[in-house]
Amino acid sequence: MNFQFSNEQEALREQLQRLLKDGPARCRAVMAAGDSHDRALWKSCVELGLTAAAIPEADGGLGLGVMELCVIAEEVGRALAPVPIASSALYATEIIRRHGGEAAALWLPRLAAGEAIATVALTEGTGSWDAVPSAVVVDGKLSGSKLPVSDPHADVAIVSARSEEDGRGYGLWLAPLDHRSVVRRSVVAVDRIRRHAVVEFAATPVVRIGKQGEGANLVDGMMDSAAILTAFEQLGGAEAALLMARDYALQRKAFGKPIGANQAVKHKLADMYARIELARGHCYYGAWALDVGSAELPRAAAGARLAATDAFVFAAEEAIQLHGGIGFTWESDCSLYLRRSRLLAQMVGSRRRWTSRLVNALVAV
Amino acid sequence: MDFNDSPEEARYRTKVAAWLAAHAPRFEAGPDIKPNSAAWVRLSKAWQKVKAEAGYAGITWPRELGGQGGSMLDGVIFQQEEQRYRVPNVLFQVGMGMCLPTVIAYASREQTQRFVGPALRGEEVWCQLFSEPAAGSDLAGIRTRAVRDGDEWIVNGQKVWTSYAQYSDFAIVLTRTEPSVPKHAGLTMFWLDMRSPGVEVRPIRTLAGDEDFNEVFLSDVRIPDSQRLGAVNAGWKVALTTLMHERLAIGKPPEHAGIEQIIALAKSIRTESGGMLLDAADVRDSIARYYVNDAGLDFLRMRAQTALSKGLPPGPEASIGKLVMAKTRQDLAAFALDLLESGAIIEDDDRSVLSTLQQTYFWAPGLRIAGGTDEILRNIVAERVLGLPADYRPDKDVPFNQQ
Repeated sequence: MNFQFSNEQEALREQLQRLLKDGPARCRAVMAAGDSHDRALWKSCVELGLTAAAIPEADGGLGLGVMELCVIAEEVGRALAPVPIASSALYATEIIRRHGGEAAALWLPRLAAGEAIATVALTEGTGSWDAVPSAVVVDGKLSGSKLPVSDPHADVAIVSARSEEDGRGYGLWLAPLDHRSVVRRSVVAVDRIRRHAVVEFAATPVVRIGKQGEGANLVDGMMDSAAILTAFEQLGGAEAALLMARDYALQRKAFGKPIGANQAVKHKLADMYARIELARGHCYYGAWALDVGSAELPRAAAGARLAATDAFVFAAEEAIQLHGGIGFTWESDCSLYLRRSRLLAQMVGSRRRWTSRLVNALVAV
Repeated sequence: MDFNDSPEEARYRTKVAAWLAAHAPRFEAGPDIKPNSAAWVRLSKAWQKVKAEAGYAGITWPRELGGQGGSMLDGVIFQQEEQRYRVPNVLFQVGMGMCLPTVIAYASREQTQRFVGPALRGEEVWCQLFSEPAAGSDLAGIRTRAVRDGDEWIVNGQKVWTSYAQYSDFAIVLTRTEPSVPKHAGLTMFWLDMRSPGVEVRPIRTLAGDEDFNEVFLSDVRIPDSQRLGAVNAGWKVALTTLMHERLAIGKPPEHAGIEQIIALAKSIRTESGGMLLDAADVRDSIARYYVNDAGLDFLRMRAQTALSKGLPPGPEASIGKLVMAKTRQDLAAFALDLLESGAIIEDDDRSVLSTLQQTYFWAPGLRIAGGTDEILRNIVAERVLGLPADYRPDKDVPFNQQ
């Protein structure tokens, strides 16, 4: 039994924590500048190998594994790091690596080196990543619009669309976002740090990812993987929110003592801790299942997703409650965590979707 | 990450599993053996004896004391494998888990050697005389007095919630020896022969209907000073040793209603429209929520096991285990009983799913209190794990007899 990260993985975590400290302050600087991301921090992330971590050495990567990605996700989530790590390294790179074929040989070295940023563009306004798309591909050219697309300043996006060859299903495609046929219109998202846009394609040349009509299956697998990595991001965020609330409860005085001396406050913090530690176990199980390609992956992914979503939303909401009025202000970092917890809860599928997946997996045993 | 045993652990598990398969079935309690009956006590003792003879009692105790000198992990592995059978082992939990470790730590060498063997072989049962009617969560507030009389102490008072006192041969007992100092500083621990004159045990019937715990009245009970554990007035430190061992119990809890039972139940019940209850959205939502807690507890145990396999104590997260488990069981059982509607009204005493659910539900309130109430456990997490201030304790520095 070894249910924890290795010493090397913990060493990576320490490096990341040093690099990503002051995350909320960096977020505010990026928001004030109206920039897409913190370019200096991104450069450091690339230098540290975050973009190359899970890419095979043959494709210019470090050839590390899922466990390292999980550590990266957790620390990025903790710091709210304003860099496109999640969209690019955790979501898009994974599917290009697994199913990219010739496109993988072209894009992975560039993604590893941080010369290119990738994102996913699957939804069309409502629903989950696995909603059937209306976008179409005719003669290798994509038309339609995708919204909301995270980190739309990316160079390339994974897009779902239907084509004649896909029969009743749909396919996945790799679309260049800097092509002249693509229009990106910024939208204001609940999370102001991770930028979003409507992306319109008008006969944009695209390359297929995976096989014809295989889109739904690919997205299914991609969502299991994304759910687990996102769960680690949520776990990091939840722990940051808990510690922020704990620190405030120690420092803020009312009625002649720190508010953290009151049992109502202590017990709430203990409950936040309990949910986070339960979620952590589910995250570890998910990491293991993803790493070894276990048949238990659907159950593990759904459990991690549900536990981590609940833990982060609860921690972010109650952190504000424990801060009182100051927690409700725009300037409080509580707002950043609540907005991030809401964004991550909305992405990668709802409670309903994952509940259904989980119960189906439990019943199938 | 790896869920598999190390080769060494796997070898031990295989050996244990083979031994259990050959022996445990004969000691499983059948439906005719009610918990706490005389037959159940006999079966418990017989099983413990067989384990001791085969080298599966006191697995983690030192060899020089008659134990096996195994690691904490060996102990956990045996526990995990033993739980696959309905063998009765709770009768010795308090003794082996808490009393004997305290005796080993504080009694003389001769006394330790006198007690360890019979305890390992299940010949002698131990109980723990700690809680009192006026001292539960605030254990240091006990009132049972021990007054010195030459080489003896004369003990008077009342203990309560003492599991298996009615079957016990010996006890460890926490007493107040100095009332004129603050409460933690005036306590002393002894071991006691439960057949001493003046010891009276009265079983208490629990809400669940069982009689596994008791009131114990101590009237002019004489305890030789040679039975003192630790220094005079150092009893609080000794009690903490005992309670620390309680926290190390990280095995999976015995049989109770879990996700599998609820799924089976929800499959078997039809809705008004003829579909399976398992397809109802609210039922699925509840199943998912209980799964998150239930499996989450398994993962906590795996993390503790990981620490033990590296020779480290379990991390702070282990402290939420009982807190989450007790309330989860209560809610899960209530939810499942609700699915059965009037079908769950009549108490079932065979070993059906219904009876397991009813037992789980009516035991849960006790579980939420025993070994630290939900509220005390939240305080412990907040103070020791998260570093929040201790509660205001007006009696902390006040002599006990001036409170």
